[in-house]
Amino acid sequence: MHGLVNRSVQSFLRDTYGAGLWSVIARDLGMGADGFEAMMRYDDALTDALLAAAARRLDRPRETILEDIGTYLVSHPNHERLRRLLRFGGVGFIDFLHSLDELPDRGRLAVPDLDLPALELMDAAPGQFRLVCREGFPGIGHLIVGVLRAMADDYGALVLLDHAEDGPGQEVVTIHLLDTRFAAGRRFDLAGGA
Amino acid sequence: MAVMLDPAVLDRLMPMHLRVDAEGVVTGAGPTLRKVLAPRGVAGQPFFGLFHIRRPTGIGSMQRLRRHAGDRLRLTLCAPPGTGFRGLALPDAAGGMIVNLSFGIALADAVRDHGLTDADFAPTDLAMELLYLAEAKTAVMDELRDLNRRLQGAKTAAEEQALTDTLTGLRNRRAMDRVMAGLIAAGTPFGLMHIDLDYFKQVNDSFGHAAGDHVLQQVAQVLTSETRAGDTVARVGGDEFVVILPGLVDAVRIQSVARRVIERLSAPIAWEGQECRVSASAGITLSTAYPRPQPDRMLSDADHALYASKHAGRAQVTLHRV
Repeated sequence: MHGLVNRSVQSFLRDTYGAGLWSVIARDLGMGADGFEAMMRYDDALTDALLAAAARRLDRPRETILEDIGTYLVSHPNHERLRRLLRFGGVGFIDFLHSLDELPDRGRLAVPDLDLPALELMDAAPGQFRLVCREGFPGIGHLIVGVLRAMADDYGALVLLDHAEDGPGQEVVTIHLLDTRFAAGRRFDLAGGA
Repeated sequence: MAVMLDPAVLDRLMPMHLRVDAEGVVTGAGPTLRKVLAPRGVAGQPFFGLFHIRRPTGIGSMQRLRRHAGDRLRLTLCAPPGTGFRGLALPDAAGGMIVNLSFGIALADAVRDHGLTDADFAPTDLAMELLYLAEAKTAVMDELRDLNRRLQGAKTAAEEQALTDTLTGLRNRRAMDRVMAGLIAAGTPFGLMHIDLDYFKQVNDSFGHAAGDHVLQQVAQVLTSETRAGDTVARVGGDEFVVILPGLVDAVRIQSVARRVIERLSAPIAWEGQECRVSASAGITLSTAYPRPQPDRMLSDADHALYASKHAGRAQVTLHRV
């Protein structure tokens, strides 16, 4: 697994629950409190162990933790950059949804060895979409639900999201778009970043 | 090669185009360019008053521009902030020209200067991808910079904690301090030998530092082979060494060890076809000579004994007597 993923989980735990909890989990994993390096690769099993340790210490299901991580990555001020990079995907929320097909390519454009899950958006009915996730780690769909929830908020859209397993190694997120202009959303200033 | 399209269609296809009539007066512009030129307005303005064509040079009239139809143009705004563009001009059906523009490499500045949004770019334009890439690159560079900083910090910390002299592979002063403190704490008697090379400076001066380094490595080998596995041999200065010998507190035996070391160190050391000659002097003290041995005191006494050896004519061994 790319260090960026593990590092994100680490930042989530530290920013949300404090450095104390993180150091406990780091100890569970047999690593120092410095934790993961973003630009290195780690064994996939370590990511599993990290999520398992977090679930155990927080006494919460892995799925809800993953969803919270997704939301955190988009909405926490420490990750403004990621939000911006995602916002480059589209002018509006629907546009953004359609850009998700390109997510692995966009990821690779930024970090060549970053393997993001393959996502495929399918129109189910007017205002309804099915997002099929493949090649991610188990539970990736829950993380995507969290990301989509936060991005909908960012664009000012009102959505209902649902997660389902869809056969081995495949998860589906159902997106029910109720209102694309529900709220003002957050401003996206193109020139705000680099 | 005439273009004829409804202006509304042109606006959608090319939000950064200009329609210029045969006299060089702008008759219309795409919505993004209208935004960029907003303070002065566009329609009715002379094209060459709004834009300066930098490449190819010498294009200041419609007649000349027509001659470069289809060529790659580089332009800048005449008004501040002098935004740069690249462009392409083609004749229209009415004797005027359509000039299509894009921001090129200075895109990020243009977006900032003119307050553009994602809606200002045509869906086919890669402007958003370029901005995305610039931000992604900055983010990754920042991560790498952080990583480098942390690695540098870790390297410094590791060096500070290191116990080995990197040139010779012997222990360093920090390791020697630890060993001595450990022996004293455990009540283990030990002999302390302070060795200083003679004529080392001459080797450095005549053969260079590489030769000096080679000599130090050879000395390290001699010291290691002439001592026991449980002894600690440390390089504590440029050409100064300390040997700690646990359990060896017999004055006669430790002096004979020191003499053997000096004898071996006095043999010439080959270096690139030359012979480097050094020797050594030693000062010795024994922990049993003190009611309560203290590292600083013992080192200082061994040092004094060493200088007594130097004064006695070098290549000598002196035992400190309390």
